[in-house]
Amino acid sequence: MALKTTEVEAKGGRSRHRSLGLSDEQALRIYEVMRLARAVDERMWLINRQGRAPFVISCQGQEGAQVGIAAALRPGSDWVAPYYRDAGVVLWFGMTARDQMLSFFARREDPNSGGRQMPGHFGSRRLHIVTGGSPVATQLLHAAGVALASKQRKEDAVTAAFFGEGAASQGDTHEAMNFAGIHKLAVLFVCENNGYAISVPQSQQMAIQNVADRAAGYGFPGVVVDGNDVLACYEVARQAVERARRGEGPTLIEAKTYRFTAHSSDDDDKRYRQAEEVAIWRQKDPIQRYATYLREAGTLLDPVEQEITERVNQQVEDATDYAEQAPDPTADDLTTFVFKQELKP
Amino acid sequence: MAVKTVIEAIRDGMDEEMARDESVFLIGEDVGNRGGVFLASDGLYKKYGELRVIDSPLAESCIVGVAIGAAVNGMRPIAEIQFADFIAPAMNQIIEEAARFSYRTAGDFNLPMVIRAPWGGGVHGALYHSQSIEAMFAHVPGLKVVAPGTPADAKGLLKAAIRDPDPVLYLEHKRTYRLVKGEVPDGDGVVPIGKADVKRDGKDLSLIAYGLMLTYCLEVAEKLAADGISAEVLDLRTIRPIDRAAIIATARKTGKVLVVHEDTPFAGVAAEVMAIIMENAFDALDAPVMRVTGPDVPAMPFNHVLEEAFMPNPEKILAKARELAAV
Repeated sequence: MALKTTEVEAKGGRSRHRSLGLSDEQALRIYEVMRLARAVDERMWLINRQGRAPFVISCQGQEGAQVGIAAALRPGSDWVAPYYRDAGVVLWFGMTARDQMLSFFARREDPNSGGRQMPGHFGSRRLHIVTGGSPVATQLLHAAGVALASKQRKEDAVTAAFFGEGAASQGDTHEAMNFAGIHKLAVLFVCENNGYAISVPQSQQMAIQNVADRAAGYGFPGVVVDGNDVLACYEVARQAVERARRGEGPTLIEAKTYRFTAHSSDDDDKRYRQAEEVAIWRQKDPIQRYATYLREAGTLLDPVEQEITERVNQQVEDATDYAEQAPDPTADDLTTFVFKQELKP
Repeated sequence: MAVKTVIEAIRDGMDEEMARDESVFLIGEDVGNRGGVFLASDGLYKKYGELRVIDSPLAESCIVGVAIGAAVNGMRPIAEIQFADFIAPAMNQIIEEAARFSYRTAGDFNLPMVIRAPWGGGVHGALYHSQSIEAMFAHVPGLKVVAPGTPADAKGLLKAAIRDPDPVLYLEHKRTYRLVKGEVPDGDGVVPIGKADVKRDGKDLSLIAYGLMLTYCLEVAEKLAADGISAEVLDLRTIRPIDRAAIIATARKTGKVLVVHEDTPFAGVAAEVMAIIMENAFDALDAPVMRVTGPDVPAMPFNHVLEEAFMPNPEKILAKARELAAV
């Protein structure tokens, strides 16, 4: 078994998406979800800085990896165990801008948690999005367990766990990959390596260049992909999904990317990274890059782009208005759902 | 009705539930071919196969984390932690994850899963094969914690735990495994979670216990009877949700309560039981509520003198009960 880490190069050409089996419509859908993730996120920062909401944590810069990889999955039957930046993943899996904003404003109607969790802690049983907490890497084991259940029932569902390179240091990451490797579970381990765990750079997180190299230690392939190239992400994910559905086991995908914002609205990234570095990465914005490609491919025509922009803006406006006016939970909501089966003391 | 040991009752409980419901499976260290280090799953691997009796890697967080994921996706896992003492690596998964799934999703998710853990001392298990962990986990809202002391309760509570929609920490006292025998009803015999059980009626004082200490308290009650003291023995069976009504009822009935556990005393189960009594039955008390517990040292030593000094036993309980009766 060849277990050497594969590096996938971005390939040129004006019909890359078609050669990957994506119709123009699908290619544009990917673009629109990336745009929506970014736009909702930008609006959250605006509202946060106006003092209308206490906290925001961002997907900005990582939408290519998120949507590109999620697009290789089947929403509804496959599962995802996202981490807190994965707005692009959960939007692809059926969450809406309203859902995001209801969570951001911590309203009662927030489908993730009823306003209990901080923003970014996604979860929906209906949409097959496994709820996440704040301690990192726990979701990798949950993904292995979800995939074990699929195997036990002989279903061909694939489960994708998403995490940052900081979470790669956690023991649960090792335990999950080890278990999934042993049982050849249909799991994609997706590391969105944005170079920093809050302030700590990758060089202080691990002694190696590629998280994906670790896959060899678990008996399955590791792939490094340019996380800001959405089609490259889609391509490696599709191959990993096909491999998983064939029963051949997991793949570790490392998407090299970057976060444009500070860790969160409570962080000051000027304390640990240079503005020049951020500026360089902003030039590699996955959305702009994909838009350029789609325009050159003749897929993203001006009127189409205008329609997309209008739809995105309309959703952001609607979501903001709706969520900001939506009612808070009441104090009575504090004590509900400690258990599924309510128990009286 | 058949007379069984605690370990047989646990095995029967798992076997019957696995036969009844295909979504029930077992995962843990050595649970497969070996049948578990205590033989709790003896024969199940052969009967149900490798997809339903899974030898896990030696990694407790993995055992619990995988069980959580499987429960999300429609299964009813039984996660076995080989010794309760080894549960610490899984605490993040149990406390931060399993116990929060329902609450943090406002009821969207729930986890029908059981974590079985052999606990307790008196087996020359030293620091890391003797611990009592119930207080640490009972402190966590969102977890149910049960600690049966008889074969019938062991089987009945295990069945209830497996069928429960929420995560249940099922503590099986390893000293009772083969020491305690008793009649187990034919059929399901499900014992509801959250219900204590009066194992012996009495009127002069109440002994409240669970696990191995139940057996000891029943012995003590017998000896007290010879002295003309009528002791009631309340078996908590479930640590959380604790049966407040049963605790209050026995306190009101006898007016004198001794709480017994081998766990260390500070912020322990006895302390909670005493608080419930103080808040709800203070006016009915004829004496301060007392307790017999393990000492406030980190864990139980290997040497037999030290082990005996750590463990509550019938003599220690009897002495304290006589002190209470004399008030």
